Amino acid sequence: MPNKKLKRVDIIFSEDCVYKDVLTDGLKKSNEAILKEILDSGLRGRGGAGFPTGLKWKFTSQETEEEKYVVCNADEGEPGTFKDREILTRVPLKVFGGMAICAKVIGAKHGYIYLRGEYQFLRADLDKAIEEFHAYLKEIGFDFQIHILMGSGAYICGEESALFESMEGKRGEPRNKPPYPTISGFRNKPTVINNVETLVYAFMICRIGAGKFQELGTTDSRGSKVFSISGDTPIAGIYELELGMLLEDFVEEFGDGDTKAVQVGGASGFCVPRKKFKDTIIGFEGVPTGGSMMLFNSSRSMYNVLKNYVEFFEEESCGQCTPCRVGCQQLKKGIEAIKKGEKSAHYLDTLQKLADTMKVTSKCGLGQSVANSFSSIVDNFKEEMIY
Amino acid sequence: MANTVKLKIDGIDVSVEAGKTVLDAAKKLNIHIPTLCYHEDLCVAGNCRVCVVEQEGVKNLVASCAMPAQDGMVIHTNTHKVRNARRHVVELLLSEHNADCTKCYKNTRCELQDLAGEMVINEHMFLDLVPDKNYTIDKLSPSIIKDDSKCIRCQRCVRTCQELQHVSALGVAYKGDEMKISTFFEHSMYEVVCTNCGQCVIRCPTGALIEKNYLDEVWDAIYDEDKHVIVQTAPATRIALGEDLGMEAGSIVTGKMAAALRRLGFDSVLDTDFSADLTIMEEGTELLTRLKRALVDKDPTVKLPMTTSCSPGWIKFIEHMYPEYLENVSTCKSPQQMFGALAKTYYAQKKGIDPSKIVSVSIMPCTAKKFEANRPEMHDSGYQDVDLGLTTRELAVMIKQAGINFKELPDEKFDSIMGQSSGAAVIFGATGGVMEAALRTAYEIVTGREVPFENLRITPVRGMEGVKEATVKIENVLPEWSFLEGVELKTVVAHGLTNANKVMQAVKNGTADWHFIEIMACPGGCLGGGGQPIPTTPEIRKKRAEAIYREDEGMAIRKSHENPEIQQIYKEFLGEPLSDKSHWLLHTHYQKRKRV
Amino acid sequence: MPEIKELVKDLADKHGRNRESLLPILQGIVTEERFISDVAMAEVARELDMSAALVYGTATFYSFLDTEPRGKYVIRLCKTITCDMKGKRQILKIIEDLLKINVGETTKDKNFTLLETNCLGWCHKGPAMLINDEAFTELDEDKVTEIIGDYMRNV
Repeated sequence: MPNKKLKRVDIIFSEDCVYKDVLTDGLKKSNEAILKEILDSGLRGRGGAGFPTGLKWKFTSQETEEEKYVVCNADEGEPGTFKDREILTRVPLKVFGGMAICAKVIGAKHGYIYLRGEYQFLRADLDKAIEEFHAYLKEIGFDFQIHILMGSGAYICGEESALFESMEGKRGEPRNKPPYPTISGFRNKPTVINNVETLVYAFMICRIGAGKFQELGTTDSRGSKVFSISGDTPIAGIYELELGMLLEDFVEEFGDGDTKAVQVGGASGFCVPRKKFKDTIIGFEGVPTGGSMMLFNSSRSMYNVLKNYVEFFEEESCGQCTPCRVGCQQLKKGIEAIKKGEKSAHYLDTLQKLADTMKVTSKCGLGQSVANSFSSIVDNFKEEMIY
Repeated sequence: MANTVKLKIDGIDVSVEAGKTVLDAAKKLNIHIPTLCYHEDLCVAGNCRVCVVEQEGVKNLVASCAMPAQDGMVIHTNTHKVRNARRHVVELLLSEHNADCTKCYKNTRCELQDLAGEMVINEHMFLDLVPDKNYTIDKLSPSIIKDDSKCIRCQRCVRTCQELQHVSALGVAYKGDEMKISTFFEHSMYEVVCTNCGQCVIRCPTGALIEKNYLDEVWDAIYDEDKHVIVQTAPATRIALGEDLGMEAGSIVTGKMAAALRRLGFDSVLDTDFSADLTIMEEGTELLTRLKRALVDKDPTVKLPMTTSCSPGWIKFIEHMYPEYLENVSTCKSPQQMFGALAKTYYAQKKGIDPSKIVSVSIMPCTAKKFEANRPEMHDSGYQDVDLGLTTRELAVMIKQAGINFKELPDEKFDSIMGQSSGAAVIFGATGGVMEAALRTAYEIVTGREVPFENLRITPVRGMEGVKEATVKIENVLPEWSFLEGVELKTVVAHGLTNANKVMQAVKNGTADWHFIEIMACPGGCLGGGGQPIPTTPEIRKKRAEAIYREDEGMAIRKSHENPEIQQIYKEFLGEPLSDKSHWLLHTHYQKRKRV
Repeated sequence: MPEIKELVKDLADKHGRNRESLLPILQGIVTEERFISDVAMAEVARELDMSAALVYGTATFYSFLDTEPRGKYVIRLCKTITCDMKGKRQILKIIEDLLKINVGETTKDKNFTLLETNCLGWCHKGPAMLINDEAFTELDEDKVTEIIGDYMRNV
């Protein structure tokens, strides 16, 4: 599979873009034209799951319900991810622009931003920006309103159906699927829910065109993406990079010269050890990520890393389904017992099988993805788990 | 059929109605898929994950209870992957569960235990999490015990309390490893809005929610030579008890039950049906009196509509939720409590027994009756009127403990006095039954004629519809009831507290003009009570209802006022309905309670 | 007590009285009171005409909707691995020593509560903490001492 060289890109934050112009032009286009543009671009959701954005918009636009909603998922909670905070701080109007264009396509009058409680400090500036945005919409005569709803410290609310539950004033417990949000989302109405970054890309595709966007990246992973880079790196921060690069190149650029592993995609993502850097493509054909890239050098204990992750899941599971609620507790207690010598090393195999079961039986993406980090860390750093 | 979907399960083609689930489709093929959180009466949760199956072309397993059947689906219910996954899920539940089965009240009657048995789990695969949990047991309520260490968090109780009962005394609290089923601020069930209806108890798959049992107390009383132990049995017990003793749902076991109680050693085997008939006399008269005050005296203080008061779950509900309507509730005690007050007065006098030596036991389809018996105001006889309230299930346990072969017992009769009853009393056990019994008597008192329904079957108030309205036009009345001439008596019947709430909302909003409201806290009425044999399903409740109406039609007397023992007690003891003595022993008052 | 009633009523007037209003109202109570007492919760249940157990269940789901008394300033130190790698444990120790409490506790004068929390979204600038809604990043011994010291002097 052909990979791309590491390349920095400047789309999301680019300053040579007047949002008003993009918005006015975008809103003048036909819905079909916009949908075609988004579909052609190959844009996939930037929250991590990677569902084709154009399809979401298309399915929702086809629903005949009167009430529809566009929801911006700003409940960025994946450990190691901070790009949405940066985007909302620097280019909020582009986010709103993406929501407005989506609203036009699907026929929504109201959009909601679900902002995590940890980002309450962004609220005042966002409110001001929304005011400005609403004023402009009024000026151009487009009937659409954006509202902000706050989270209150629950990672699981980033899961789309849990997010709707939370917006409806309930516990953030994921729903059974189907039905999917395009048919039954917020208030059980057809809803497009997109990540902050996805909405900005959708907006920017309206400006630069699908062609320009899909020149970037690979067949499965078109375009670029904003990465949150942290851990053992001298240059931690936010970087917009073309998709499809080799992890080897990434580590070359961002590592500290002693990188032993990279956790791609946060606690729910995959751990790639040094020996696999050269074979690992960052993208949907390789290892996908919602943006989180955590680098670990050889001074770090991967046991501590894994324990930190499973503790996180144990706390942040909504608790409703058995495999996730109890499975996370068992994984945590299990690795502790092995480390202390209370359980033999063979018990790791039992835990690996349990993680596999969690993957196939859990109700939502949280429980299903615990196995990603668990298995990849245990597989690659077995000795560190035992001794 | 246009709205059918075709799928294949384990190689067999099946068609089901669109909207049905994979689980429904499997049932149609008689393929058993294990479930825990699923319950026919409740909305789908899909959270236990025991019912997972494999769908071709889908990477993850799917929860069959929550997955809509779709055209072309190919499902496998018994693959290696499925069995492994289910085994893991049950093992995980067990690791969080206090699996000390021999010390559990639900031992041998537990769905989790059954599942572990099916899977032949000899040794636990995972670490025991119980020692690290801070599980609590709430034993304060006289009705229900909540033991968190047995809870598997399937949320059947939460959904029951919310969907069927509109109470939500129980909710889900916290998240992650700390997630639990909790009352408001983890108060005792005794201190919150819980109505003690026990609908959660009959849906709990494990021993996490159970009735508080009084088995030892009853046995001790029976073995105490010094005590005269009497027992009363509620209408709905006789059509359900058999289910716990190896018989089909819908079996009528009145005679066997009387025989069994005698063999258990009760000194006198009596019938709540007697006091059900008495309730009709008192409550019917109360209704007619209220109507007279409203229609003739134009008394603005009279409270209408009047509601029934037999269901202690309903009483606690209205005390918490609609205290401003407490005066609309009939002041009649429930049949259990009327019986209790008379047992230690009328019965004691007639039999020449010192009431302090009487232990009064009741067998009820109900957990709320335990709370009711323990209400401080229920001491009108000078003693606690009913000493020990047992459920139908507890009676079944006693019968088993005593080694009685229930199925082979002969039919026996109740003792006298307070053992005779009418068909009107037995239908108290079904939703609409009190209304029907009241109408049979009231209509006849007022007009001198039987109610104008074939074979006394007042069908508009029968059946399982949640809210049933019926209007009876009163014509050609006897002279003393002339004020009722031409009146259309408007009635409504509701069962399940969610339906009760709908009725009360209508009353509150002024959108209803009913005179008389019957409410039973439990779905189906007492036959679906929280003290009845487990499980409960719409099908089982239907069979129990059919049995009740069969029992009614088999009775020699079908109307409460024709019960000779009722005529006797008024003549010898009470005087007339609503007499001073009646008020003293048979009527009560209610109290406003907090809504948390 | 009357103030809580007043506060809940004001919040309900502002956010509405349906289920969707529940989170904003609970958040509003926390902003004012730093936690939601049983009295406040019962009041919310009454205003919204809903079950108190469901209010409790919803509140306890969210880490930021504290149901036990908290200090005027709630410090939430990020415990994600990246902050941990940058010295979070030392920072925790320093704050514990400064406030003379352990994590999870509130100072006797009710001014500070010290908690750990999951990822705050400042992984490139760890260790990070929130004091109420304000974020502080790239903490080291001097910086955290100064920040906490400032708060202690200004309470």
